[in-house]
Amino acid sequence: MISAVLGRFSGRSRSAKPPRIGPMLAPNRIEAGPDSSRGVILYLEDITVSFDGFRALNALTLYIEVGELRCIIGPNGAGKTTMMDVITGKTRPDTGSAWFGQTLDLLALTEPEIAQAGIGRKFQKPTVFEHHTVFENLELAMAGDKSVWKWLYARITPTELEHIEHVLETVRLTERRDERAGALSHGQKQWLEIGMLLIQEPQLLLVDEPVAGMTPHEVERTAELLTSLAGRHSVIVVEHDMEFVRSIARQVTVLHEGSVLAQGSIDEVQGNARVREVYLGV
Amino acid sequence: MDAIVIGPRNRLIAALRADRGGKVFLAVLAVTGVLVPLLNLALPESSSLHLSSYTVTLLGKYMTYAMLAIAVDLIWGYCGILSLGHGAFFALGGYAMGMYLMRQIGTRGVYGDPVLPDFMVFLNWKELPWFWHGFNHFAFAALMIVLVPGLLALVFGFLAFRSRVSGVYLSIITQALTYALMLAFFRNDMGFGGNNGFTDFKDILGFGLQAPGTRMALFLVTVLALGGSYLLCRYIVASRAGRVIAAVRDAESRARFIGYKVESYKLWVFVFSAVLAGIAGALYVPQVGIINPGEFSPANSIEIVIWVAIGGRGTLYGAVVGAVLVNYAKTYFTAALPSMWLYALGALFVLVPLFLPQGVVGAVTQLRARMIGATT
Repeated sequence: MISAVLGRFSGRSRSAKPPRIGPMLAPNRIEAGPDSSRGVILYLEDITVSFDGFRALNALTLYIEVGELRCIIGPNGAGKTTMMDVITGKTRPDTGSAWFGQTLDLLALTEPEIAQAGIGRKFQKPTVFEHHTVFENLELAMAGDKSVWKWLYARITPTELEHIEHVLETVRLTERRDERAGALSHGQKQWLEIGMLLIQEPQLLLVDEPVAGMTPHEVERTAELLTSLAGRHSVIVVEHDMEFVRSIARQVTVLHEGSVLAQGSIDEVQGNARVREVYLGV
Repeated sequence: MDAIVIGPRNRLIAALRADRGGKVFLAVLAVTGVLVPLLNLALPESSSLHLSSYTVTLLGKYMTYAMLAIAVDLIWGYCGILSLGHGAFFALGGYAMGMYLMRQIGTRGVYGDPVLPDFMVFLNWKELPWFWHGFNHFAFAALMIVLVPGLLALVFGFLAFRSRVSGVYLSIITQALTYALMLAFFRNDMGFGGNNGFTDFKDILGFGLQAPGTRMALFLVTVLALGGSYLLCRYIVASRAGRVIAAVRDAESRARFIGYKVESYKLWVFVFSAVLAGIAGALYVPQVGIINPGEFSPANSIEIVIWVAIGGRGTLYGAVVGAVLVNYAKTYFTAALPSMWLYALGALFVLVPLFLPQGVVGAVTQLRARMIGATT
């Protein structure tokens, strides 16, 4: 018990050891963004997180490639959300290391720093600014200098306008740009929130259960949207809906009890006996 | 789309174009600014349409209240900070103006002391306290009217927002702030006239305060200040910063997550709003002719919030409507049925949120929408 407590507090220092592959130790330079020249955007190695003895993550090791669209599936309690929390800095692991590209040690950065470095996360529950229009939501989310004095007289530059228009088109809300975000359907709110992430031009997008509560039509369009994002961004999608996963995934990772149970194409994963046993229930 | 890529002045015009209530308010204000001087100065007193100087002063007083209400609506309606201590900033602005007016009395006071105000002579003080120096100059007093409420708001807001005090806790400490100031100003040895405050003012900038011309000038300055405050606040809420402020109100942690320094935005709005309240207080004092620690009473600050709620929060012009309506009702009730006023105010406070959750302005908007819906 004592060692578990100590472990949690000393986790940061242990993580200083360089990962087995890829990244070399280098000072964190957030402004420069991640160095993904080796084709890998995210390294998670031997990550263990325990809450009061319960191991939410158990020596989890996972690599995400640049431009990849990866689906993470697994039963409840498999550690999907905890993994997202570790990547975004919300939870600190007891042991292990997490690197964004070759140079950014995620365990040494705060939540806002991680967001600034280029990791965007979409939460399950959409939280858009309901009283602002769709356009204003995107304007608010745009990256850049956000001081009061500047924003009192700042106007939207043509470049910014173009950027917003582009994102509006990507998330298919161009026609609703002047409507209040609160008036959007559940699915559209989810897209708007994805848009608010995109406008910050993240390199890695974490998307938590994007299609929960969506109509079949909305699910279909979300699949198109996420597929179109891959390539320009790396995307990690956590989802329960197997049909949806099948429609978008090229690579699927199955988590079980805090570590990777299987990985591969959707057919390979569904054919895996262990996966069928613990997750698919057949 | 062109409407977005434009300069500040044009942006204000664009904001006003979309602001129907604001246009109506500014038009009414302009008409008042022209009609009141005409009816007061141009018509003989025998005419039935003549406006007495008393009425002019009363209207001027309502307008300073309206300015105060706009300041509270900016901070509460747009930034979500329920300040129950804005009366303190109003009173501080009023006291700064009062100090100037006291120094202008000179030898015309009861005791005829050329430097010391009457109450200091009465307390047997021999010389002017240090913080009274400079107040014989109008420019210095004007500076203090802005600086004192502004600095207090800056320090108070910095400490409160940095510690992430918000919601009901912030409301309570703003009440404590104004209550503490009231107790302090009640003390004679503070040097602000104790419970009597300041009164018996003679003139401002050399013009007699009782003269109809001076009263009219003060009234017109108040009209301009009210209109100016409205335009400034409208500009702020229509700017990009204004959208951030509203985002802070609706989802503070989300705004912080996107990368806004929420504390800076809150502090900025809070200080600006306090300065507006201070200016309103400074215009209030020469028209009403008295300032005393009662202005700091916590109940006063709560009443301002009631005006805004009754008028319609988060619209700016609604605050004006609320301030004028409630204060007119107060003037009427306290004259006709003095014992009923507090009951009437209490009833308003219960009934308006129940039946007019968006305030008077919101109810009118809804009614209009329904009528338009019925005709089409």
